[in-house]
Amino acid sequence: MFSFGSYVDLPLIWYGLIFTAIFLYVLLDGFDLGVGVLFPFAPSDQCRDRMMNSIAPFWDGNETWLVLGGGGLFAAFPLAYAVLMPALYIPVIIMLLGLIFRGVAFEFRFKATGKSRSIWDVSFHFGSLVAAFMQGVIIGAVVQGIKVDGRSYAGGAFDWLDVYSVMTGVAVVFGYALLGATWLVMKTENQTQAWARKCASYVIGYVALFLAIVSISMPIMSTQIRTLWFSLPNFFFLLPLPVASLVLLITIWRDLQTGREYRPFFLSFGVFLTGYLGIAISMWPYIVPFQITFRQAAAAPESQSLLLVGTVIMLPVVLLYTGYCYYIFRGKASHESAY
Amino acid sequence: MLENLDSTLLARIQFAFTISFHIVFPAFTIGLASWLAVLEWRWLKTGNQVYADVYRMWVKIFAVTFGMGVVSGVVMSFQFGTNWSRFSDAGGSVLGPLLGYEVLTAFFLEASFLGVMLFGWNRVSPKMHFAATVIVAAGTLISAFWILSANSWMQTPQGFRVGQDGLLYPTSWLQVIFNPSFPYRFVHMITAAYLTTAFTVAGIGAFYLWRQRHVRHARVMFGMAMIMAIFVAPMQLVFGDLHGLNTLKHQPAKVAAMEGLWETERGAPLVLFGWPDQEEETTKYAVQIPKVSSLILTHDLDGEVRGLKAWPGDERPPVALVFWTFRIMVGIGMLMIATGVMAIVLFLKKRLFHTRWFQYWCMALTPAGFIAVLAGWFVTEVGRQPWIVQGLLRTQDATSPVMGSSIAISLIAFVVVYVFVFGAGSYYILRLIGKGPEDAEPAYGDHGVHKPPIVTGLAGEKGDRHV
Repeated sequence: MFSFGSYVDLPLIWYGLIFTAIFLYVLLDGFDLGVGVLFPFAPSDQCRDRMMNSIAPFWDGNETWLVLGGGGLFAAFPLAYAVLMPALYIPVIIMLLGLIFRGVAFEFRFKATGKSRSIWDVSFHFGSLVAAFMQGVIIGAVVQGIKVDGRSYAGGAFDWLDVYSVMTGVAVVFGYALLGATWLVMKTENQTQAWARKCASYVIGYVALFLAIVSISMPIMSTQIRTLWFSLPNFFFLLPLPVASLVLLITIWRDLQTGREYRPFFLSFGVFLTGYLGIAISMWPYIVPFQITFRQAAAAPESQSLLLVGTVIMLPVVLLYTGYCYYIFRGKASHESAY
Repeated sequence: MLENLDSTLLARIQFAFTISFHIVFPAFTIGLASWLAVLEWRWLKTGNQVYADVYRMWVKIFAVTFGMGVVSGVVMSFQFGTNWSRFSDAGGSVLGPLLGYEVLTAFFLEASFLGVMLFGWNRVSPKMHFAATVIVAAGTLISAFWILSANSWMQTPQGFRVGQDGLLYPTSWLQVIFNPSFPYRFVHMITAAYLTTAFTVAGIGAFYLWRQRHVRHARVMFGMAMIMAIFVAPMQLVFGDLHGLNTLKHQPAKVAAMEGLWETERGAPLVLFGWPDQEEETTKYAVQIPKVSSLILTHDLDGEVRGLKAWPGDERPPVALVFWTFRIMVGIGMLMIATGVMAIVLFLKKRLFHTRWFQYWCMALTPAGFIAVLAGWFVTEVGRQPWIVQGLLRTQDATSPVMGSSIAISLIAFVVVYVFVFGAGSYYILRLIGKGPEDAEPAYGDHGVHKPPIVTGLAGEKGDRHV
């Protein structure tokens, strides 16, 4: 049995890797969920075809990051997985049902004709909307803390539901809409692009508003987070995060007005990164806030070692061929059915 | 009322429902992906457009099936935690990495190259497209490798120790991954998936032949499927037998339930049919052949076979369900072998593509593989009860601290959504089948592509319609 436990800090590495996997999921599925959120507001059916085509080759790979997040949590921090899943039972299942409705819509919509097609338009939109909203709700519920007794979840079925988690749910919907809109600015042209640009300019205001609410509310709600952010010298180390966020938002807005096509999308990644880092730092060192730290939840070092070998070898390969697939389907999406 | 529901039972029903729905899709796509790779290879090698047409028809069906497999599979990756959190906690260090490897080595591969396979026709070279198909096919097999390893470990656990905290810790990865039942289960399942696909394709090929539609394409489908029936169906009997012997060695109670045997005896009879009664500890109305069970299981007419009474009542699986699903699986296997034999006879009489009753027969067997796969999984999963990890952890001790009402409501939601969504998917697949392959070339193809030999038999075909 091999274990790198005595050479490297395995739980810390895995804490970082899990956060990275979830972040990649948020970015990648974020933009295609965002396209689903914006879907019914597009000016024409042809626009909708383009929108769908722009993400059809990618959505499946994007969603795999969610499976990696779930599977990785199970493998690296089984205790956290065993506590969080029962705690988030209802929102997780609603999210999964949403993902089902939107996932099948990709295939079904192209196969459907006439009226039945609109069923899958609705299914795609609401599936995406519900999945995005529930992901936000889950974040809102987790950052408020989870009730734990021993090695099990000790709260009720609806502990996750409150005004705050609903607010974070709406925030994520707007965030994903920004990613989706800037993706469309990059991947479409003419009418669709012009509309997407308007959407992005509109949505970005809400994103800024919600970022502000979350940033202000989190330290107010938790003394732990307050001391983390506002004690010296932490404050000065962390100050660049909100500042960067603000600069990015302003730049995206200006880019949208000046007609840049690519930069708004990648700068939106930056906005998500600052927000995500803010939350991740506030969680430290917990994996089940504020009860179980990542060290307490860690799987056996042998288990983390085995999976680390696979990750070190496979993750770069995965990123490489994912990149290759994005490269194959570079350029603007058309509205014609592709196969 | 909802508060009094038995949450263990509900969690089991929910898991059985979601996993049963899910397994149908991979069982089909594993075989389909490999077949598509063969088709594309034939096309690249011969330049025969018929292969490309058949590929393009089935890749659409593959896409719909795969999409449904993905969304129902994402559900599974969360069900361990939502429904079996105490199992996840106890077994996470052993099983988690296997599932992690499945995502890293298979899921990304399949998901990424599926995009190329479906949408890449005009964007990559034919060779690269073929590579994408092969990669997706390999991905399905790699995925099966890891998940079956994990499942097999739950059947025949080894390579671990029980810590002082009651959790399981790995001691040898090779022993965990290549646990005793894994090689048998893997071969048995992959073969089952190939046969499932073959019989689906055969049924649809038979349908076209019967209707005299897309005849050239139908002959490719039907002919290739029959090759599978002839060669692979009998192999499955051997693999199944070996798997059964392995189960006898490691999970004898499961085999006793499969056989419906209660008493431990030498020269145990083979119970063909009967009604196992758990309460009265007997199999009623048994139709049996003396000594054959001993012969099959021990390869000796007087070999000793342990009956269910050798285990205390709370260590026996639900016998009737295991007994009957086993018979369904074996029965379908026999029908498949019979199909292969008939195909040989008809082929020798040069009537393989023109025999009406055989076309009906194959159409009737279209869903056979799916039923057999489900029945087989019921045998092995229900047969493991009351254990979730054989001999170590009972299912009732593995549940999540979630209220019965939550599970009941989510179960209802799953049932409604799955029936609606996957019903629609089946409808679209049926429509694709109804539409059939699109002819990329006019009637007898003179696109500069050389005529395949199978086309030559066509002239006489119309005259044979009413035979």
